[in-house]
Amino acid sequence: MEFLYQNITEITWQALLMWVIGGILIYLAIKKGMEPALLLPLGFGAILVNLPLSGVLNQMTEGIGEVNGIIQWLFHVGIEASEAMPLLLFIGIGAMIDFGPLLSNPKLLLFGAAAQFGIFATIFVSTLFGFDLRDAASIGIIGAADGPTSILVSQVLKSSYVGPIAVAAYSYMALVPIIQPIAIKLVTTKKERAIRMAYNPKNVSKTAKILFPILVTVIAGLIAPASVALVGFLMFGNLIRECGVLNSLSETAQKELANLITLLLGITISFSMRASDFVTFNTFIIMVLGLCAFVFDTMAGVLFAKFLNLFSKNKVNPMVGAAGISAFPMSARVVQKLGLEADNQNFLLMHAVGANVAGQIASVVAGGVILGLMPKILQMLG
Amino acid sequence: MNTINLMLSLGLMWKGMLAIFVVIIVVFLVVNLLLRVTGNKSEDSEQ
Repeated sequence: MEFLYQNITEITWQALLMWVIGGILIYLAIKKGMEPALLLPLGFGAILVNLPLSGVLNQMTEGIGEVNGIIQWLFHVGIEASEAMPLLLFIGIGAMIDFGPLLSNPKLLLFGAAAQFGIFATIFVSTLFGFDLRDAASIGIIGAADGPTSILVSQVLKSSYVGPIAVAAYSYMALVPIIQPIAIKLVTTKKERAIRMAYNPKNVSKTAKILFPILVTVIAGLIAPASVALVGFLMFGNLIRECGVLNSLSETAQKELANLITLLLGITISFSMRASDFVTFNTFIIMVLGLCAFVFDTMAGVLFAKFLNLFSKNKVNPMVGAAGISAFPMSARVVQKLGLEADNQNFLLMHAVGANVAGQIASVVAGGVILGLMPKILQMLG
Repeated sequence: MNTINLMLSLGLMWKGMLAIFVVIIVVFLVVNLLLRVTGNKSEDSEQ
């Protein structure tokens, strides 16, 4: 009868803790509506991979040899070997994005770039905490506020913390409505938040919308070639959307493809939530650093907008700079809400949406830039 | 704390931000040019 309870004796306190963490993620997904599409599969996966001798992981079975587990296989094929899952998800994301508000006011692109500062500030702070550069860069990319980019970069850099990084990236994206208002208020006055911006969108032709994804891919590819996979797949999805002759493919990319990959991505990433990897003090530090990344991003965007205002006749509401992070559309909504809070006739949504989609471009460029620069730096370290 | 890593992370910071801004500024310039070239045609008129 020993076979009935043998497995129970294998349970460790670390595995129990991971079940609790899995339960918390499921609770947050269902009860609080926090990124449910990712956090729920991630939470359930955290329970699955931490069952003793779990069949979803490769196990050595006496008399048979190694038996493959589905989650480990998915992780190996879909993420470790090719980064296919996060990249394919970008096709869906690209198909969902309307770059119209950005194209009608291209100046907003600059806010997307400025708000990536949090990535590099966090890399610096991570090295202060003693992380090696490979892990520091992976932690910093949480500041891209873009789950697939965080997973991809940390996986390519072979960080030991893919799990905590994915959890931090998605959790803080869901917490943008709480984090950003605090960070924005720290660096702005009510008077600045009340600055009104006229909305005079330029006429954007269909040709411009079609050429935009192609040109962005070529430019990013020429300057930062490592970003081509990220930018290219994002822009490929957008081209399908804008070309006007592939409507059914565009819909498939936006719905079925994005849903299918999202469904599998969460449960696949849970492979890196095995207690042996996840239950460490560094996981706690990474969660703190991830929060810092979002705060740094927000503040950098706001301060950059204030800097531009020094030279500009038409003042920009500095909060629009905060929308330069990739968390779409939460960040734009936060800016709109704070604008109305400061002045009930201050409508900033369209400006913020423009900055927000600029952040999506800039964050994938940032991911690619890090992937391009890191090998040289690691080579210098020998 | 590793001083070499700190210095390298600062190097990564300025090079990274420079690269991002260069890409974005070039995109900004090209988009402006694109809008100037195609701007006269509205979406409706093209359809």
